[in-house]
Amino acid sequence: MVTSPDNPFDSDAQIAAWRQYLEQHRALTEADADELEDHLCAEMERLQQGGLSADEAFLIASKRLGKLDSVAREYAEVHSRRLWQHLVYSQPEKGYGWRWELLVVLVLAIAAAMAIKLPDLMAWVPYDDFYADLFYPQNLALFGLPFVGAYFVIKRQLGLRGWLLLSGTTLMLTLAVNTYPFVDYADTLMLSAIHLPIVLWFVIGVCYSGNFWQSQSRRMDFIRFSGEFAIYYLLIALGGVVLTAVTVGLFGFIGLDIGDLVAVWILPCGAMGALVIAAYLVEAKQSLLESMAPVLTRVFTPMFVIVLMTLLLTMLITGQGFALEREVLIGLDILLVVVLGLLLYGVSSRDPQQPPGLFDSLQWLLVSAALLLDLLALVAIAERLSEFGFSANRAAALGENLILLFSLSGYAWHYWRFLRGKQGFSALEQWQTAMIPVYVAWALVVVLLLPPLFSFT
Amino acid sequence: MNLSKDLMAASSTPLVLGILADGESYGYDIAKRVEQLSGGALNWTDGMLYPLLHRLEQQGLLEARWRVADSGRKRKYYGLTELGQCSLRHQQQQWQLITRTLSRIWNDTHQQTGALSDGHFA
Repeated sequence: MVTSPDNPFDSDAQIAAWRQYLEQHRALTEADADELEDHLCAEMERLQQGGLSADEAFLIASKRLGKLDSVAREYAEVHSRRLWQHLVYSQPEKGYGWRWELLVVLVLAIAAAMAIKLPDLMAWVPYDDFYADLFYPQNLALFGLPFVGAYFVIKRQLGLRGWLLLSGTTLMLTLAVNTYPFVDYADTLMLSAIHLPIVLWFVIGVCYSGNFWQSQSRRMDFIRFSGEFAIYYLLIALGGVVLTAVTVGLFGFIGLDIGDLVAVWILPCGAMGALVIAAYLVEAKQSLLESMAPVLTRVFTPMFVIVLMTLLLTMLITGQGFALEREVLIGLDILLVVVLGLLLYGVSSRDPQQPPGLFDSLQWLLVSAALLLDLLALVAIAERLSEFGFSANRAAALGENLILLFSLSGYAWHYWRFLRGKQGFSALEQWQTAMIPVYVAWALVVVLLLPPLFSFT
Repeated sequence: MNLSKDLMAASSTPLVLGILADGESYGYDIAKRVEQLSGGALNWTDGMLYPLLHRLEQQGLLEARWRVADSGRKRKYYGLTELGQCSLRHQQQQWQLITRTLSRIWNDTHQQTGALSDGHFA
């Protein structure tokens, strides 16, 4: 405490120090600190009018505000902008400094990079049949993603339960995917390869949340994490491509062809290792993207609105809407999934306390356009079903579009009510996180149940 | 009196909404009014009021704006939205139902003291 004989109590300095302590907690924004400081000063004034001295008033007023740590914790739950981590994990335990974390990240990244070469080195890849072609696409997600999960099991100190969850699901999926007796180039094999990463990504999310998917704020955090992870990964990939291209070129000048080395070692190992690195970067440097990523969604959302609207109008005017060809249907579904991703991130990066604005109307427009397109896709699928009967691809497409229909209707409804001031933004967030397990459950169905249902064709 | 944690959590929302029904106000004033109205018996940890206010704001029940107070400090004022008024009416009905029921139960037991020992709760 700053006390000197001339100036027994400097309340301004004392308040400034108190405020500084507040601002160290990243759960509190500057506005929050302003608000609490106003409260403190108001209380101090009242106490001083009652005859207390400045230092007594400060002590009592700050005491009445409560323990700053528990207040900050409460703030973190409300703000839910990923800041809880800094509270929960703000005290590094012995040996758990950033050096140690960096070491863990490097080891895991190298392990992921090795994992993708292991089957080759151990001669696990079958020769001379179609499996040789499909082995890697089918297992791709299983090489890298479990190591990202491992990073969070360690980082969040989940202990045995976390390890069991991660290794259990990974093992089960690996066994299922590799022991199913798929027929040559089976559709169900490709479908399971596409849906497998979704299941694994959710397992990462459960680890990421640090409390096994228990609280709303952490679920939203994970969605934000996913968006930022994607951006970081693309940036790393871009850098990696440029670097390898330059290296290959340089070696070419001196007469050495390292193209094979790149294709066989550098590319796959780099792609896997970068997964762990990207996850670490989002964690370590999150404040960098926190300001950039929402800008990206604000740039892309209007563009997607225009694309979807144009598509919709073209279909309706030309009357092509109801006779979608197979390829168009696939393209449309990919587009809808991308839109859903954009929507997920857009909702999660929005400050829930802001009143409805222009961007929210735009989001609503995006949702509505996607909803209509989804309906058109469903009509087309129904027609194909009645014409050709059920196949694995059609069943998967039907399920996906039905879930999209359900999910997008919910978004449209909640956005509409939010825009009309009938409910807060948190209802929309609730809907968003409630739908995540539905997507994952469907992905799991496609990975595990669809192949046997369609006898592995 | 110390309220249980659950009751505190359940009652704080209608208290805040009820006070703001009279017109917009700021955190310190809300805390003081709750203290006065309860005769000093309800004592919140003041710091916890603000996360609650922010949560209600997120749910769309309150809207906030910053003003400059007479003291020259920035001060955040909260007011009820339409949704907030609606929610307040709902909560009023619920709490009235509870208090009515409880007071009937307790009045009855006063009138027939001793009847409690029979197997009323079976």
